[in-house]
Amino acid sequence: MKMSMLDRTLLLVTGLLAAYQIVVGINDLSTAPIIAYTIAFGVLLVAGLLLIILGFDVLDSPVVVIVSTVIPLALSLGLVWEHLSAFRTPYLVFAILGFLAVVATRATPMQNKLPTVAIAVVHGIAGLTIFLLPIVIAAQGAVRPAFALVGLGGALIGLGGLLLSFLKAGRPILSRETIFRVLPGLLLLMTACFVAGFKFG
Amino acid sequence: MSVLVNKIRLYWPLIKSTQTGLLLATGIAGYLSAGTPIGLSTLLGVSLTLFLAISGSTILNMWYDHDIDARMKRTHKRPAAAGQLARAEVFWVGMVVSILGVGGALLIAPLYGAVVFAGWFFDVVVYTLWLKRRTCWSIVWGGISGAMPILSGRALATGQIDLVGILLALAILFWIPTHTLTFSIKFREDYANAGVPTFPSTYGETFTRATIAVSSVLAAVAIGWASVLIGVSAGYLRLIAVLTAGLLLLAFATFRVQSERVNFGLFKYASLYMLSSMIILAMKAF
Repeated sequence: MKMSMLDRTLLLVTGLLAAYQIVVGINDLSTAPIIAYTIAFGVLLVAGLLLIILGFDVLDSPVVVIVSTVIPLALSLGLVWEHLSAFRTPYLVFAILGFLAVVATRATPMQNKLPTVAIAVVHGIAGLTIFLLPIVIAAQGAVRPAFALVGLGGALIGLGGLLLSFLKAGRPILSRETIFRVLPGLLLLMTACFVAGFKFG
Repeated sequence: MSVLVNKIRLYWPLIKSTQTGLLLATGIAGYLSAGTPIGLSTLLGVSLTLFLAISGSTILNMWYDHDIDARMKRTHKRPAAAGQLARAEVFWVGMVVSILGVGGALLIAPLYGAVVFAGWFFDVVVYTLWLKRRTCWSIVWGGISGAMPILSGRALATGQIDLVGILLALAILFWIPTHTLTFSIKFREDYANAGVPTFPSTYGETFTRATIAVSSVLAAVAIGWASVLIGVSAGYLRLIAVLTAGLLLLAFATFRVQSERVNFGLFKYASLYMLSSMIILAMKAF
């Protein structure tokens, strides 16, 4: 499917927002969250640029599943490191092992459901963390209410991941064209939520 | 008036506006990277003289290569190759524009002018007249020529050729093969028909792709090193690191997946990477 000018513009703005977040949005944090958020927004930025350059066909690459795992894992790791200090080490171990599990199950030909289970577990835990943690700590008053926007971004990233997963599985709940039509807008909205949440939260 | 407009319309493709614009951007970034107070008149002078010197050398390249351009599908419609402009006229326009550019640069500062002249000389004399039709390694000299605008801008601002300037020049030198070699793979038949030796026709595609990947890595190392020495802020260093990671990923993919699409993707990404890096380096001045 050919990418329209509007799609390219939306992806470019997404990339610029991600670049802004990398340059100034995470400056005051400690080293570990800075690295985690840089990875998350960096993957978002580079993925946006590659989509603009190579078109939607790039989503057919098997690498997409692995790359799309990095964003929620890195984001959730940054959030846990900042706001759930007791869980830092266990979550870091989970993030590393989860990523390796996804890579291993994708790189090795398998007939069973292990690759799907690995993706579901990793995305499920990381996605729920990004969705719930900001909303809970915003509700508790530990951060400003606007931080809940990060949770909204987490919900959107989950939706995007779901659409892409069904597309990769060959059983899309929406047609391929519809998924491609909504994806740039979804990515922009998600990134805007993250950036606004971190800025005003 | 309409004659003049028509001439401009015919000469515009002869200066390869995108390439000239990108090289001009590197020159301005080199100047601004020093972080010295910005003199508006100097900045305008740098922009104008570099634009004229680069355009002049490109017009002379088109003048000399009109015969091989005419034999290539990609270039046969260029006004000089298609015979829409008289050869002698193209030559003299190229010379006058070059003299204005290099002369103006020498008037601004002798060192700056010398570097601008070196770029013109490497492009017109060494690359175009001497080596392009003889060896595929001519691209190294084309690359050195392309590296001169950023070095000249830096030299003008600092008054010397410093390590940062050399690193920035190396970054451009290593970035240029990503462009030229990608084109030489994509238009391999064209170059063969025109009798121009290229890396793919001399060493094969695998070696060429490996060269593209290695030169991309070296360009990234040079940009990263220069950025640290310039004192780019931590935030912008993170951004450069991210963009570099994307470049390395694509370079690796180009080598692994021998696909024209990926190859052209690297070509486009490398241009975007270099432009972004130049903007980041230029931010040092503000």
